[in-house]
Amino acid sequence: MENSNSQPLDQGSEYIIDVEDVTVRFNKSTEKINDLKEYFVKLVKHQLMFQEFLALQNVSLHIKKGEAWAIIGTNGSGKSTLLKVISKILKPYKGSVTVRGTVASLIELGAGIDPKLTARENIYLNGCILGYDKKFIDSKFDEIVEFSELEDFLDSPVQNFSSGMKSRLGFSVATIVQPDILIVDEVLSVGDVLFRKKCMNKMNEMLSMGTTLLFVSHNMQQVRAMCNKAIWLNHGKVLKIGDAEGICNEYETNIEAIKAEERKKRAQAEKALNDQAESIRKKREQMNAANKQ
Amino acid sequence: MSSILKKFKPKEGSFWETFKYKDLLYQLVSRDIKLKYRRSFLGYVWSVLNPLLIMIIMAVVFSFLFQRNLALFPIYLLAGRTMFEFVNNSVGKALGAITDNATLLKKTYVPKYMFPLSKVTSTMVDFVFSLGALVIVMAVFSFTQGRVLFSLWNLGIIIPIIQAYIFALGLGFFLAQLHVFFRDIRYIYNAFVTMWLYCSAIFYDIGMFYEKADRQIAEGSLPYAKYLAFVVENLNPLYIYIKQFRYFVWVPGIDNVPYWAAVNQWDFILGTIYAIIMFAIGTHFFKRSQDKFILYI
Repeated sequence: MENSNSQPLDQGSEYIIDVEDVTVRFNKSTEKINDLKEYFVKLVKHQLMFQEFLALQNVSLHIKKGEAWAIIGTNGSGKSTLLKVISKILKPYKGSVTVRGTVASLIELGAGIDPKLTARENIYLNGCILGYDKKFIDSKFDEIVEFSELEDFLDSPVQNFSSGMKSRLGFSVATIVQPDILIVDEVLSVGDVLFRKKCMNKMNEMLSMGTTLLFVSHNMQQVRAMCNKAIWLNHGKVLKIGDAEGICNEYETNIEAIKAEERKKRAQAEKALNDQAESIRKKREQMNAANKQ
Repeated sequence: MSSILKKFKPKEGSFWETFKYKDLLYQLVSRDIKLKYRRSFLGYVWSVLNPLLIMIIMAVVFSFLFQRNLALFPIYLLAGRTMFEFVNNSVGKALGAITDNATLLKKTYVPKYMFPLSKVTSTMVDFVFSLGALVIVMAVFSFTQGRVLFSLWNLGIIIPIIQAYIFALGLGFFLAQLHVFFRDIRYIYNAFVTMWLYCSAIFYDIGMFYEKADRQIAEGSLPYAKYLAFVVENLNPLYIYIKQFRYFVWVPGIDNVPYWAAVNQWDFILGTIYAIIMFAIGTHFFKRSQDKFILYI
């Protein structure tokens, strides 16, 4: 089993990300056992079981430098799991992931923000969590502050910030480098319209500089605007892979179809329920009539 | 130097990867220190005052209980307790380091060693601050005894501190990874600490064991006190560190050095071996299970 590893860009391969036949396995046991007492109780009772749940099954994905990929699918289809595998947070159970280049992942903005520290301290802390060194953050500090529009709040603790301010801070720190790969997971649904626009511009700017983009969104319009390729996941398996435009259209019609199907089913169920109620009413009337006689 | 560092490419998931994140270590440690002392005027004073007060209470109680007239008993007591608290606090904090940073570990890739490492390191910085209490007590005794108790010897404490730091790291890594899978490890550890406290000769001295053994031999019974002393002196790494620590702060100030307080190269070697073994065990288990953390936090 190969572990994921990052290598310098110029390795000769035409792909910047190779996801090779990846399977991710979780334990879906009914109860989570995380203390010794429970562990021994279950061990004695022979209730220690492993219920397998495959969040991703044999997913392969090869991404060339400079492409912009969208990952689409309904909730629970494995989109975020795929991103986590690529950004090394999760190790695949089977298969291998090779990433050639630096990754900036905006999976959740400000995961490393400590609410008790000030914005200034958080910029350094968060930057270091993302793997930058202090000198680099020093040199980019003004740029970060300017982009986040938090000049007036630099020395107040982040716990007093609004959620929009926090994500502005997170986004600004995460995007100070020109990464080879940018991973974005529905983070842009926060913040005001102006800042969202600014983020979009920043992402477009990065794309034009040759950054490879991985983008998760439910908004097909955004996907069409940003991406040229798409992968459609369903229950952990690849359903379709190819050009963004085609897949978006198909996904939309599919979603519509599913919705229509659901509406139809609901209507049918409602009808059946009404029929049943009607028959019960009739029966009762008959019984009442019989009782009277 | 920097070119050497650039060429240094540790494998992903190994402890040495943390060297690439040394700035993050600095940030995490300074966060812990800052948050401890921020907005509390008495912040630093407390970390000196707290051990001082406890030392005074313990000194009064135990000199009354044991009536042993150990020379400079408050320094003896404080030295032992400071060292014990350093190891105990750092391991206790490292134990919860992975589970406390669950949200972060779920969202970004950071070497997971970083969190126990930063906790042990920030506790060591705290420990160095709290040495102020020892300086105060030694200054008071210098004054009352009319002779200077400070000497260059005192700087030797760096040796047991480094040993204890490496040992605490190892134990911290080991317990931190175990805590991810079994959350009740904390209670077991807390009970273990109480036992450890009584086995580390903090408020009594090992000489008592030998005296008791002598009496037992004179009576013709089994000298088990001698075996107990052997266990504490050789199988309890923390006592070995405390003994060395006392050797550099307490022993230089007293006239008749008791035989059990004298440190030889054997103590140094044994303490170092324990530290290295514990570190190897801790990093081994941590490395083996770190990929599974995300499924349990």
